[in-house]
Amino acid sequence: MKQKSVAVVGAAETTELGKIPGMSQIQLHADAALNAMKDCGLKPKDIDGIATAGETPQALAQYLGITPTYADGTAVGGCSFMLHVRHAAAAINEGLCKTVLITHGESGKSRVAPTPRPPYPDSLAGQFEAPYGVFGPPTMFTIPVMRYLKKYNITQEQLAMVAVVQREWAAKNPRATFRDPITVDDVLNSRMIAYPFRILMCCLVTDGGGALILTSAERAKDFPTKPVYIVGTGESVEGPMISQMEDFTSSKAFRVSGKKAFEEAGIAHKDVDHMMIYDAFAHLPLYGLEDLGFCKPGEAAAFIGERHSAPGGKLPINTNGGGLSYMHSGMYGMYALQESVRQMRGIAPAQIPGAKISVCHGVGGMFAASGTIIFSNEAP
Amino acid sequence: MAEGKRPLPKPTPETQHFWEGAKAGQLKLQSCNECSKTYFPPRPFCPGCGSRDVKVVNASGKAKLHSYVIHARPAPGFDPPYAIAVVELAEGPRMMTNIVGCPQTPEALQLDMDLEVTFVKQTDDIALPMFKPAGT
Repeated sequence: MKQKSVAVVGAAETTELGKIPGMSQIQLHADAALNAMKDCGLKPKDIDGIATAGETPQALAQYLGITPTYADGTAVGGCSFMLHVRHAAAAINEGLCKTVLITHGESGKSRVAPTPRPPYPDSLAGQFEAPYGVFGPPTMFTIPVMRYLKKYNITQEQLAMVAVVQREWAAKNPRATFRDPITVDDVLNSRMIAYPFRILMCCLVTDGGGALILTSAERAKDFPTKPVYIVGTGESVEGPMISQMEDFTSSKAFRVSGKKAFEEAGIAHKDVDHMMIYDAFAHLPLYGLEDLGFCKPGEAAAFIGERHSAPGGKLPINTNGGGLSYMHSGMYGMYALQESVRQMRGIAPAQIPGAKISVCHGVGGMFAASGTIIFSNEAP
Repeated sequence: MAEGKRPLPKPTPETQHFWEGAKAGQLKLQSCNECSKTYFPPRPFCPGCGSRDVKVVNASGKAKLHSYVIHARPAPGFDPPYAIAVVELAEGPRMMTNIVGCPQTPEALQLDMDLEVTFVKQTDDIALPMFKPAGT
């Protein structure tokens, strides 16, 4: 895409995060969408493009009263929203529409009117994975990690450090679910979920939503909000079966998506002021740092251990507290995007002073998919 | 006893030969006649080169433990703790499985340990390939 040709002008999360038993999944989408429209002074009639995952674009269009000329129902898991941003930028540049609304809402904890995701016994995963007792992401996303730890001689203490550092960021964020400091010992003594993963290495399960509104950089100047420009985008998919991941120590989808985004943006790693790496589990920031080229293979755990991603470090990562401490509804990518936008607007609770470039990297499924968006707050 | 039932596979036309093989005590893979790639899970063409000229081959049943988790919580048909493993077959492909005949502990489950296939009957139609420490 053309650098800085499209900008985020509206961004908001649901009014509440955490436990929201009084709202169904689709209303969480709508609550976030209405907040994002209010953020930038638009009404449903002003929106002519819609993108969503979890719900369908048609369900959202009807529910919100939108008549789109562009609809994107890409649903590749938690990074779907990164792909929506990428596709929306292309659509706006191509003239398919002018103003795109991207929504997420998920009743992850309260389970009010969620979209059913049955495991089909005749799917390949149903035949060749489900019979062996996989039971949700904690038993699947985690499977490659023993190989990673062995290959690079990484300890469980180092893995635990990811959660410790992110809690430090969460402590600065009044909206974070968990804000009390934790130690490596706390993590390693917390309840075992699926060895080597303890509960404090696993993401939260909460309710919530978020929405973004994108338009051309030209039009963005007329909005009341500070435009956040899109400078680079990437996406890729690998596959839904964790057992068939090509390399258990590196994500192919991460590598392809990240490389594409950096090429588009024309920036170097040293130019990055702020980063979000979707952290459904503690190993994700390690894979993300290495697969996006911030660290050499096997060196990300030391990078985090040396506090480079912590408050005061040279590359602040997951500054909202992340999926481990902020919130995680199921498809967390939207919240990573929201934090990147807040940092670029200069309004984040743990604001990085002077940050100009933010990299937002998402995962979908269990290393099944990936999307990367690079933002800038400097006008073209 | 574990509550609920272990989910069982429902074969499709493309995977029928695999499950027939498992029922008969043989681990079936597929191999490409054009590029020689051996692959899994089953499909009637080669994921390496796209050729439809492929054949079903018998695997040796030998494998090494590639990675695993030990699930600490109950799941339908399983009593915790139980390991969910991925093994690398001698022929190259990897598959998910359970490790049997071995304590479900980090001490007993060492990466790269030698394993061999064994078939565990579930119903008259379905036997699941699982793996046990080699030579046991």
